[in-house]
Amino acid sequence: MSNKLRALTESCLVLLALLALWWLASHSQWVSKVFLPTPEATAASLAEGLQQGDLWAYTGATLGRMLLGWGLACALGILLGALIGISPAARAWLEPTLEFVRPLPASAIMPLAISVFGLSGNMVLAVVAFGAMWPVLLATVHGFAHVHQRLKEVANALQMGRLAFVFKIGLPNALPDILSGMRLAMTVALIVSVVGEMIASQSGLGQAILLAARAFRASELFAGIVLLGVMGFASNAALALAERHFLKYQRS
Amino acid sequence: MDFWGTTDMPALLHLRPFAFPAVLLAALEWWARTAGANSDALAPPTLAAQAFARALRDGSLLSATAFTLGSAAIGLALASVLALGLGTMLGLSRRAASASFLSVEVLRPIPSVALIPLAMLVYGFGLRMEISVISFACFWPMLVLTQAAVQQVEPRLLEVSMALQLGSWARFVKLVLPAIVPRLFIALRLGVAIALVVAVTVEIAANPNGMGYALMIAQQSLDPALMLAWLFWIGLVGWCTNALALRLQSAVARRMGDLA
Repeated sequence: MSNKLRALTESCLVLLALLALWWLASHSQWVSKVFLPTPEATAASLAEGLQQGDLWAYTGATLGRMLLGWGLACALGILLGALIGISPAARAWLEPTLEFVRPLPASAIMPLAISVFGLSGNMVLAVVAFGAMWPVLLATVHGFAHVHQRLKEVANALQMGRLAFVFKIGLPNALPDILSGMRLAMTVALIVSVVGEMIASQSGLGQAILLAARAFRASELFAGIVLLGVMGFASNAALALAERHFLKYQRS
Repeated sequence: MDFWGTTDMPALLHLRPFAFPAVLLAALEWWARTAGANSDALAPPTLAAQAFARALRDGSLLSATAFTLGSAAIGLALASVLALGLGTMLGLSRRAASASFLSVEVLRPIPSVALIPLAMLVYGFGLRMEISVISFACFWPMLVLTQAAVQQVEPRLLEVSMALQLGSWARFVKLVLPAIVPRLFIALRLGVAIALVVAVTVEIAANPNGMGYALMIAQQSLDPALMLAWLFWIGLVGWCTNALALRLQSAVARRMGDLA
């Protein structure tokens, strides 16, 4: 216990040391104040923005876009992934195409989406969902493709229907893959939401930090970056917890 | 499929991966030449192929690709060196690892694209701002993987280095580095994928250079044929670089011994 406590104190001390370095670097002008605001100024901008409510609104908009896009991506990814993964024929015909599209940056779809849907919030949402869908889709296909032969024999012996096979064997078997795919998808969703807000001028943190940088308001820029970092941290931590909860049965 | 079924038409089977894309392209061609003939949003693939050939001839394709790949490579190299250094330090000392844990976990989840405005403010447009964002994005996953790789080095090897009274540099070069090479190349492959995605994203969002910008400009000048050509090219470049990185990783794994 005392070991853990010491590790925690040291951890906090290192973080404080980094903050002190930031304080020193900004106050002694090692880095110009135009680029690097002082920690106090950042905190003041953060507090002011949150009190006036506009930072809350931006955060809410970005958070909503990210979560909705991620939810759509997960639903679509699992559905399509299960459809493709369960049929060896579909896998043989479609998997090469999926593997080809996988490394394509999600944001590269955005110009195409702009020309098809126009500059709207729904366009950004569609790109978020599309980009975040790939990790879930490929993970689901992988999970379904690697069902153990014995389990398939069991399903045959029990005369399970296709639907029963999906819900009783396929999905539980693919769950670890799907959950890690969903975690990756959340990261993608946050990134694409921010990029979409920057390009399509949709209200949110992405647009807010871009405007702050253009107006040389470094403390507001840093406040936005801090909030995005908090969002990334919180969403990742929540999904890591969910993963631990759902995969409990595996470790026992 | 039985033995005879698979050997009967191997040539046709090789074509199977292309069947689905071919159907999609044919459908797009048909739609864009009939119902969508006046569309500003999409163009038939044949026109996209012509636009691609034009971009190849006038050199814009190669120069933009060179810019994107070059900045991705420099950013990745920078991130690799930093991650290797810090990752080795954190991997060799449990105490350093636990002390830096909180700081790493606080900084790592910052989405790389959030730094685009900051990089723009500091460096303006150009190579340096793109490299800085790419390095930031690649650094964290590579740091985590390097640290894990060093932590898995056989402890007895390190005891040997103590007994031989090797200095820390000799210990790093003679023992640690050879032991973690296969895992480093796994980290490198991940880094390659991230670097390319982030490079294109930075160009689409802000930096007026490279493939991402060319794609964006083609859309803004209402040239859907050129836009589709760039989209296809970015996909192809991404696929080829990832395939090469995977090949490199497995070649290294074969030579240096598989991962236990």
